[in-house]
This record gives sequence, structure tokens and C-alpha cells, in this order.
Amino acid sequence: MAEVQEIEIRDSAATAAAARSFPPAEDLQDVQGEKMILNMGPSHPSTHGVLRIILELDGEVITKATPDIGYLHRGDEKIAENMTYTQFIPYTDRLDYLAPMANNVAYALAVEKLLGIHDKLPPRCQYLRVICAELARISSHLLGVGCFAMDVGAMTVFLITFTEREKIHNLCESLTGARFTTSYTRIGGVSRDTPPGWCDAVRKFLGEVMVNVAEVETLLTRNKIWVDRTRDVGVISKETALDFGLTGPNLRGSGVDYDLRKAQPYLCYKDLQFDVPLGSVGDCYDRYLVRMEEMRQSVRIIHQCLDKLPGGFDNKSKEPVNVADGKIVLPPKSKVMSSMEELIHQFMLVTQGVNCPPGEIYFGHENPKGELGFYINSRGGGTPYRMKIRSPSFVNLSILSHLLPGHMMSDTVSILGSFDFVMGECDR
Amino acid sequence: MDALDLAKKLQARFGDLLPERTEFRGETTLTVADAEHIAEICAFAKQKLGFDYLVDISSVDNYGEDPRWMIVYELYGIGHRHYLRLKMSVCEEKSELPTVTGVWRTADWHEREIYDMMGVRFRGHPDLRRIIMWEGYPYFPLRKDFPLGGKPTELPDIAFTKTAPIEGGPFVTAPGSKDAIEREPRAKTFEG
Repeated sequence: MAEVQEIEIRDSAATAAAARSFPPAEDLQDVQGEKMILNMGPSHPSTHGVLRIILELDGEVITKATPDIGYLHRGDEKIAENMTYTQFIPYTDRLDYLAPMANNVAYALAVEKLLGIHDKLPPRCQYLRVICAELARISSHLLGVGCFAMDVGAMTVFLITFTEREKIHNLCESLTGARFTTSYTRIGGVSRDTPPGWCDAVRKFLGEVMVNVAEVETLLTRNKIWVDRTRDVGVISKETALDFGLTGPNLRGSGVDYDLRKAQPYLCYKDLQFDVPLGSVGDCYDRYLVRMEEMRQSVRIIHQCLDKLPGGFDNKSKEPVNVADGKIVLPPKSKVMSSMEELIHQFMLVTQGVNCPPGEIYFGHENPKGELGFYINSRGGGTPYRMKIRSPSFVNLSILSHLLPGHMMSDTVSILGSFDFVMGECDR
Repeated sequence: MDALDLAKKLQARFGDLLPERTEFRGETTLTVADAEHIAEICAFAKQKLGFDYLVDISSVDNYGEDPRWMIVYELYGIGHRHYLRLKMSVCEEKSELPTVTGVWRTADWHEREIYDMMGVRFRGHPDLRRIIMWEGYPYFPLRKDFPLGGKPTELPDIAFTKTAPIEGGPFVTAPGSKDAIEREPRAKTFEG
């Protein structure tokens, strides 16, 4: 026989009276402006993956924000210590998975810096890598702006930018054989030269993307709702942005002139004409404007690269795309089976990896999201002793607990959208 | 003024604290003799030498050597466009050094990550909690004596409880060992 318990049902007046008498009067100050804890994420649509933010709200105003990351941690740095430099290339695709080609370029350049060959790359390889990195930048910014707009309610933009992104994936597919996980670069070069007609396809795409970037501008830049949602929201001053180590469009949106392509020119960037757009206020609107202009500048860079591409579109003069060093780059398969030296090189590269000298280097690359850096500590041999990945999204997100308090709950969506982070790279 | 001059200025100011300077691939590295003074050195580098941007803090586990930990600071000046690397050793018994969050606030998450992955503590850090692994995780996974396959754990509410199987995983290999089993790093266990 179950025990029957009396329950007390109060009317509303009695509930209010009970609430007044509890808690005791001296603790009333804590109760005023009662705080609510709200879990945003890890699967909230505007967190672009698995970011979780624990928000403390007073009404609709955020009083405290605690980001919680690590849901996508795969131990990439540990994995890197246990395989050869070349074997790690596919893992770099999965860092910033919205711009895999830029990660490939960054990683290859870091290892080449350790080898001391980063300024001896063949010119065609350099131009191809710049084209890849800039295509990745356009692709990433298209997604960043599209998702940002969708999060604050402008659905159309997303449809336009995703149509354009699709074309970039098609270009990636014909160049590398994969749409997302490109793994295009190799230590000392790239995996293959351009297929026939690829450069013409890139030219055609550049014309189309400019039209659609202009279309997005007409939809957003002077749109009243868009401006109201983004202007003067999430303002970051120059000093704060630098203090928190922001990089990429988020830093330049605050007006700090720091672009690694200009500050530490690598590849062939010093032969190319382009401007670095800067914001003036440092709000979400400025970060959006910087991304829009960066896409135009990337288009400009790729046009110049195609004009100057050594060997031309079809590479009739057989310009090399890899460094001429059998101890770094795999020999052609036809020679492996017929020549002793190539066979030895191939065997050593596949089983032992590229033999790197002992030493430590840091290389920072201007990725779409900011500065992607690799710190490699080598003790010689084919595997890194320690590889630290300095990912831009990780550092950019560290400002959230400082930036969000004082904003309205709905501004969180604008701020997160304007930061354009990706958790694959943040959590590694 | 190039990176070398800046490094010399820093050495002139701190003397014996920065005994060693190395150049590799155009990068300047200064070794700090005593990790206890890192915050002062960083504050001077930021205020007087224009290193206003802390790029990164890394940690290296020199397993089997003494001192075991090496902490590496990567500094950059937006104005003069030069990098400078500061590195210092911390012994395993101590596993602690002062924080530089007072100099650059970006150090906050970098230091939390090092604490999370290596187990080196930063004295004076405002909020030294695990950042990537969850609160209560018992190991420090980037230490060299933590096997790649993971360790079995008795903890409840954790997705895995056994070490990962060797077969069927991604092809990983550590070159220079005598046979395939030795080359497979997940098969390795460190004693102690």
C-alpha cells in the first residue's frame, strides 16, 4: 500500500506572500535582478559547430559569459608526434575544414621552413599555392558572411554565397580530386599540376563571384535591419584586440594593420598588388565589411597570379611544381621501378619520412580566419618531436568572456557570426 | 633595427638571466635561465621593445631529461614586424612558473591549454582550469608517457573505457625502430 502524501496547493496571492517571506531580508540584495544561467550550445545553430557558452543573464542582458570548448578535440598535436611530416598533411585539412587548401599551404610552408627550402620553391608552385590559398579565403569568407547573415535573419544571402562556394568545391575537385579534404600540398611542392582547362575555369569563376559579392552587398550593406543588428554591436578597440591576440579580419576590423601577407611576405605575395582593408570602429559591421573587401582583394590577387603564372595555363614549357631534391619530394612512379637511386629515395621517404634537421621554427600563415601558426620542435628525422598548432579560432574565441557581458542575448548571435570561427581548428 | 638588435637590448637589460642566444632559419631564440622572471622580461619586452602581440605559448615535454618541461613564448611586434622567441626550462618537481596574463590577456587560454595538456601550472593565473579536456579528467594527454591509444579509465560517464585497438586505426608509425610492432607508437607503454 503506497503512502498518501498531502500536497499543498497555494493560490497566487499565497505564493507571492511565501516568496516575500523567503529568503530572509538581509539576503534580498542577491535576489534583486535575479540571474538566470543559460546554456548556449554545444549544438546551437549560431555556434557553428560545437561551441558551448554558459551565459549568465539578468533579464535579457548578459552579465557573464564562460565559453566551454573542446567538444571536437581529436588530439591532432599528439597524432603529429607519432607520424611523418607527410602523413600529417591530411590532418591539416580537418583543422579549418572550411578552408582546407589554406591549411595545406600553411603546414607545407612550416615544414619547408624547418628544412630551409621555403624560399627556394619553384615559381609555378608558389603561384599555384597562392591561388589555392586565396580561393580558400574566398570560400571561407563566403561561408562566414552567408552564415552570419542567416543567423541574424537574412536567408537569401546564404543561398547566394553557397552557390558560389559550390563552384569553388568543383574547382578543388578537378584540381585535387577531393572537394573538402584536399591534401593538395606536399613537402616541397604540390601533389599535381593543374588539369587542362582549370585556369580558364578559375577565370570564369572570378567573374561570377564578383557579380555575386556585389549582389550580397546590395542585400546587406545598407539594409536597415542588418545595420541595426550589427553596427555598434561587439565593439573591440585596437588595444583590446591586440591584447587578446586577435588576428585576421577580426583584428583588421578593429583597425590594426596586421596582415602576414604584407608583414612577413611569403610565397610570391611581394610581387602581387593588393590592399589590406581595415575597419574603423571594430564592431560586427566593420568585420563584415572587411570580409567583403578581402574577397574582392583575393579575386584581384588570383587574377594577377593567373596573368603571371610561370609556364602559362597549360604549362607547355614544363615548369616544375616541386623542388628538385630527391630527398624531399617523391620521384615519379615511372622512375621508381627503373632507377636505383629513385627507388632508394622513394623507399626512404615512404618509410622514414623527410629527414628534417634538429631545431625549432615557428611559421605563421595568413589564413582566412587569422594567423594559423605551426611551432615545430624537431630532433632530426622524419617526425616532429613536438608540433604546436596556433589556431586563430582558439585565440579569437578567448575574447568572448570579455566581450559578451553587457550585450543583449540576441547580440550574441551577431557577435558569434561576425567572428567566423570554426571549432575543428579551435579544438584541434 | 632587426630582431637581433632587439634581442641584444633585452639581453643587455637582463644580463645573466638571458645567457644564450641562438639563430636558426632567421629566427632569434633567447633562453631564459630562470623561469621565475618570465613575467618581468615579458613586461619589459612589451613596454620598451614594442613586442605588443603574444603569438603563442607552447610546451615541450623532454621526457627522460631533467628539467623535463620547456615552455616557449613567441613574441611579435606589430610596429617593427619582428619575432622573438623566449624559451625556458621548468623541472618536473616544481612544474610551476609565473603567469604572463598580466602582460597580455591572450596568455589566459594558452596557459590553460598548457596546464590541461602537460600539467604545468601557472602561478597567479586568474582561472586555471582545464580547457579542452573536461573537468576531472585524470591525465595530461600531451605528455610523452601518455600512450597514443589512450589509457583505460574507471571514471563513469566517459565514452571510452578501453585503449584503442592497434589494428584498423590510421596508419601511424615512428621511424627508426626494429620491427613493425616497435614502429607502431600505440603499442608503446612507458613505465613509471
